[in-house]
Amino acid sequence: MNFDLSDEQKMLGEQARVLLSDLSPFDRLRSLIDSGAEWDEPLWRALAEMGFLGAAIPEDHGGLGLGALDLGVIMEALGGANAAVPFMSSIILGAEAIRLAGSDAQKAAWLPKLASGEAVATFAYAEGPGPVFASGATLEGGKLNGNKSPVADAGIADIAVVLVAGGTFALVELNQPGVTRTRLDSFDQLRPHYRLDFADAVAEALPGAGKLDQLIDQAAVQAAFEASGAAEACLTMARDYAMERQMFGRPLAGYQAIKHKLADVAVATELARSNAYYGGWAAESSPDDLPAAAAAARLSGIKCLEIAARENLQVHGGIGYTFEANCHFYYRRERMLAVHLGNRGFWADRLLNAQPGSQGKAA
Amino acid sequence: MDFNDSPAEAAFRAEARAWLAAHAPAHVLTPGEKMPDTEEADRGRAWMRALYAGGWSGLTFPKALGGRGLSGPEAVIFAEEEGKYQLPKGPFTSIGTGMALPVIAKHGSDEQKARFIEATLKGDTTWCQLFSEPAAGSDLAALRTKAVRADDGSGDWIVNGQKVWSSWAHLTDWGILVVRTDPTLPKHKGLTFFVVDMKTPGIETRPIRQISGASEFNETFLTDVRIPDANRLGAEGEGWACCMTVLMGERLGSGAHRSGVEPLIDYAAATPDGHGGTMLDDRAIRQQLAEALAEEQGERFFQARLRTMVSKGENPGALAGMVKLAYAGRYQKTNGLALELRGLAGIAPEAGDTATGDVQYDYIYSTVMRIAGGADEVLRNQIAERVLGMPGEVRMDKNVPFETLKG
Ligand SMILES: Cc1cc2nc3c(=O)[nH]c(=O)nc-3n(C[C@H](O)[C@H](O)[C@H](O)COP(=O)(O)OP(=O)(O)OC[C@H]3O[C@@H](n4cnc5c(N)ncnc54)[C@H](O)[C@@H]3O)c2cc1C
Repeated sequence: MNFDLSDEQKMLGEQARVLLSDLSPFDRLRSLIDSGAEWDEPLWRALAEMGFLGAAIPEDHGGLGLGALDLGVIMEALGGANAAVPFMSSIILGAEAIRLAGSDAQKAAWLPKLASGEAVATFAYAEGPGPVFASGATLEGGKLNGNKSPVADAGIADIAVVLVAGGTFALVELNQPGVTRTRLDSFDQLRPHYRLDFADAVAEALPGAGKLDQLIDQAAVQAAFEASGAAEACLTMARDYAMERQMFGRPLAGYQAIKHKLADVAVATELARSNAYYGGWAAESSPDDLPAAAAAARLSGIKCLEIAARENLQVHGGIGYTFEANCHFYYRRERMLAVHLGNRGFWADRLLNAQPGSQGKAA
Repeated sequence: MDFNDSPAEAAFRAEARAWLAAHAPAHVLTPGEKMPDTEEADRGRAWMRALYAGGWSGLTFPKALGGRGLSGPEAVIFAEEEGKYQLPKGPFTSIGTGMALPVIAKHGSDEQKARFIEATLKGDTTWCQLFSEPAAGSDLAALRTKAVRADDGSGDWIVNGQKVWSSWAHLTDWGILVVRTDPTLPKHKGLTFFVVDMKTPGIETRPIRQISGASEFNETFLTDVRIPDANRLGAEGEGWACCMTVLMGERLGSGAHRSGVEPLIDYAAATPDGHGGTMLDDRAIRQQLAEALAEEQGERFFQARLRTMVSKGENPGALAGMVKLAYAGRYQKTNGLALELRGLAGIAPEAGDTATGDVQYDYIYSTVMRIAGGADEVLRNQIAERVLGMPGEVRMDKNVPFETLKG
């Protein structure tokens, strides 16, 4: 057993962190919010230049052909910076859906463009309140009808992979008369969401059927990396603030109520990270173990970021409630990450259903 | 990264598995079986003897001292395989192998190593830990049991004081003992470490009745106990360093276990809910089971990361406490849920329902996990200070001669 990232993977993560701390500091996030921006486009270009967008896209489609763990260290860095980029939408979900289920022609048409950042994709699965993965939209005779809402990053996406009736995927270009995009009031101000209405929009099916489970299991692992990166950032921020802030004649960080809180956040973060490692390993090397690994990673990712984001703001006190402090970025993003790809009830079911013997299956 | 065994590890695991399959079943305990502690101790010794005879005792100890001289992940692999059987392993034997032997190996003289290591690996010498005192638990260095040189010029030490919570002290052969030899120094400095023969006159153990119903730990009174200087471990006044070695062994030994959650899922799936389904259909129960399972897996994989660190020669330090902190709390929650799922039958099972009896015992025992070997709060302090770099606790007793402290 060698249950650790390789030196190359650690270096990749470090490169991503350095780039993000240069290009995506908190003041940058504030100015993006103030200007109502859709995303941080210059950052996206820089990520493309570094090869990060194509990290896990096959080499013959313009990527680097790396694996889930390589992607994971990048996601961890993106989570830590709370970056305003559609990496989950375009790379983890959109590109991967095409890779898993697309025809050769579809892959050849889109994967190189997604790898280079020239095009952006999103994955449209929900249809308003109700089940997260809904397939009321229909694809018949090359025409897509119905709606999807909310859809992350749909304002800037060129294409969407849409979950349609029968649990299969439709590939639709968003810049066409049959598609209406309506911007929603997104709780995470750095991740705009849209309602998409399709009225006889021209679309084609991705031929590969039955890929939804694998797609979202893989994405769940990446979401756990993202969450543990964000939780770690909250933890560091809270620790640093507590070291500086003096109360009753000594640093806040000297009080047990604060120390114990942060120790618990640290433990939850390490557990989530460990589950994410296992999920990444399973995605690459042990596909039979992926469903359980992904669900456990997703659940512990939700949990660690929830307590990290809340306690970070709490440790900051009143200043934490200001726009100038940085706690709110994670506090908002945490709720977004807690529900995208399915909430904890959804993943609890999947974890129990993936248990050996499947006694776990709900009736 | 590879979560699987390397070829060499897999071969070692297969060897261990085959040996265990041939020898462990004869020693396995029946679930729910209650036995007198003397019998439990005998069974523990018998298993130690079997291990030694098979060459599986002291895997990491030098061959010359009766071990197997391995230095890689073998001990972990063997423990995992051994853990699949319910063997008489408990604290009765593990205090010797997990706590006494590491400190003897690190701080002992050659003569002490030759005298104790092989005998312990064989099950011939068993150990108790005489650390805690009524006023020195988490704050171990506050201990008051004192030793002074005998005035007869023999160099022997005369020990007086009281220890408490000493597991198995009434049944074991030797004890590891830390005492105060210089009260004029600050509290961590004036301590000295000994091994003591539990049959020495002046040692009296009084069993304490525990909430579990058993009496495995004791109050131990030491009255004019004479210990030869040859039984001192390390230098006079260096007792704290020895204690740290012991506590590191204790911490690493009390890490994650796979326990509780999978059987609980099976149980819920097999129990009707009165509406035509099973308990496992209940959303709230599903949620709790899944959360517990995710935590249990996180503990296991975190432990795997720490083992990888150890195999690369790195010291996980306070990170080891993170696993124990997570595990202990989760184990209590899991067993609490297990009782709740049984409904009223959980608090008063029918005769013969040994499974519920076991869960009740585990729920009570889970309190120990959160106290012994570093209580939750103490572990949180250590994580905050050593992992996160936050300030240490305010210490009123720092750099103050021990004898001037109140209490
Ligand atoms: C089953 C069992 C077996 C044991 N076996 C042995 C044995 O064989 N040999 C031996 O020497 N000892 C043994 N112990 C003792 C064990 O090591 C101690 O119980 C433990 O160290 C805690 O000490 P204490 O009981 O005095 O509690 P205390 O130290 O008094 O702690 C009481 C509470 O205060 C909290 N606390 C303490 N300090 C702080 C702090 N600085 N900040 C915040 N909270 C704090 C603790 O976390 C705990 O919640 C055993 C204990 C048990 C339960």
